[in-house]
Amino acid sequence: MKSPVAFRLNGSETAVFVDPGANLLDVLRRECGDLSPKYGCGQGSCGACTVLIDGEPHVSCLVLAETVAGRSIETTGGLSNGPELHPLQRAFIEGFAAQCGYCTPGMLMAAKALLDRNPSPTRSEVEEAISGNLCRCTGYEPIIDAILEAARQRGAA
Amino acid sequence: MLEVQTYPTVGEAAGAMDDHARFLGGGTLIMNRVNYGDRRFNRIVRTTDASLSEIRVEGDRLEVGAGVTMAGILASRDLDFLSPAARAVGGPAIRNMASVGGNLMAPHPYGDLAVALLALDAIVRMANGEELSLEEFLASRSGVVRSLLVRRPRGDEFRFRKVSRVKPKGVSVMSMAAHLARRAGRLSGVRIAYGAMAPTPVRVRAVENALEGVSLDHAGITAALSAATEGLAVQDDPIASGWYRREVAPVHLRRLLLGEDAR
Repeated sequence: MKSPVAFRLNGSETAVFVDPGANLLDVLRRECGDLSPKYGCGQGSCGACTVLIDGEPHVSCLVLAETVAGRSIETTGGLSNGPELHPLQRAFIEGFAAQCGYCTPGMLMAAKALLDRNPSPTRSEVEEAISGNLCRCTGYEPIIDAILEAARQRGAA
Repeated sequence: MLEVQTYPTVGEAAGAMDDHARFLGGGTLIMNRVNYGDRRFNRIVRTTDASLSEIRVEGDRLEVGAGVTMAGILASRDLDFLSPAARAVGGPAIRNMASVGGNLMAPHPYGDLAVALLALDAIVRMANGEELSLEEFLASRSGVVRSLLVRRPRGDEFRFRKVSRVKPKGVSVMSMAAHLARRAGRLSGVRIAYGAMAPTPVRVRAVENALEGVSLDHAGITAALSAATEGLAVQDDPIASGWYRREVAPVHLRRLLLGEDAR
């Protein structure tokens, strides 16, 4: 039997019915229509499904959906302000930090959690923040550079 | 069809467990199995009991709720001695989810925190109040854990080391922890634990015995290094072969004991 679950998704009150045992990633994609978090491994190893729950990164494929009742979820789908991209999104585009793009939503959310907590991270802090997110295209360097550039731009704004 | 049952107390949740149920802590183990269609269970049992997330301090004795996450350990000044082991578990997202109780149940080669707790001689308090040594618990890994009881180590007597091929996040080739108590300048009552060197984290008695009464220097630990893998059934897995693990174990044991490039 499905259970009702209500939470905030990118600032909007959301209520859905979820199957028993459903994970948050499936609910976001299938019930809420937010396709920004990606299914990668289904075991928490790749980070493609990373979302923020109450501001902290979680791998949504391993979150039992009904445990997010009353909590605030942020996904890449809510990063931009209308047509205005988030500084991280701009830096990823300008720094060629996405190739196939599959890891990008998870990378962005892991990076957002870092910059929200630590606006001026060191390179090693960025490496640690995205250590749970796999990228098989870029070799990570453009991603790390983009996150550092986004931090610089936010600091200069 | 899967069913999820939520109980207000850990005691009630424990009472609902049977062979077809799995207790959900942080989700990193059980949801993985759900996603991969594991049919060995048809019920997920969970609790909203807030006491599972508490850390209580009584002098040098700490009680760590089974629901405390790796991130919770890293945020606790009282648990700073466990930080190296908690930081060794997954990336930030996993550390926000993975719990102390779940780490005790993690299959080979996972369970780095349990290795540290084993060397610290932690006591497992079950949901029904029963207490047993972590070593006893790991032998059966059954029941619902309420909390872990552990004593804060003094000075530099506790050490932890994780060996992995990928940094900063990587699965263990092996992890090692040591509690190096000393009496009159000699080691006494040493506890050594390994992870990924057996089906569960284990105490390594041969090494402990070889360290009894010796000084903590190159000469003193020679016999212990020779006994580094004595009595262990080391497994092959995709991370490393058993042969490789046995070959490099003495090197990492030496680094752990002598604090060489400690991490």
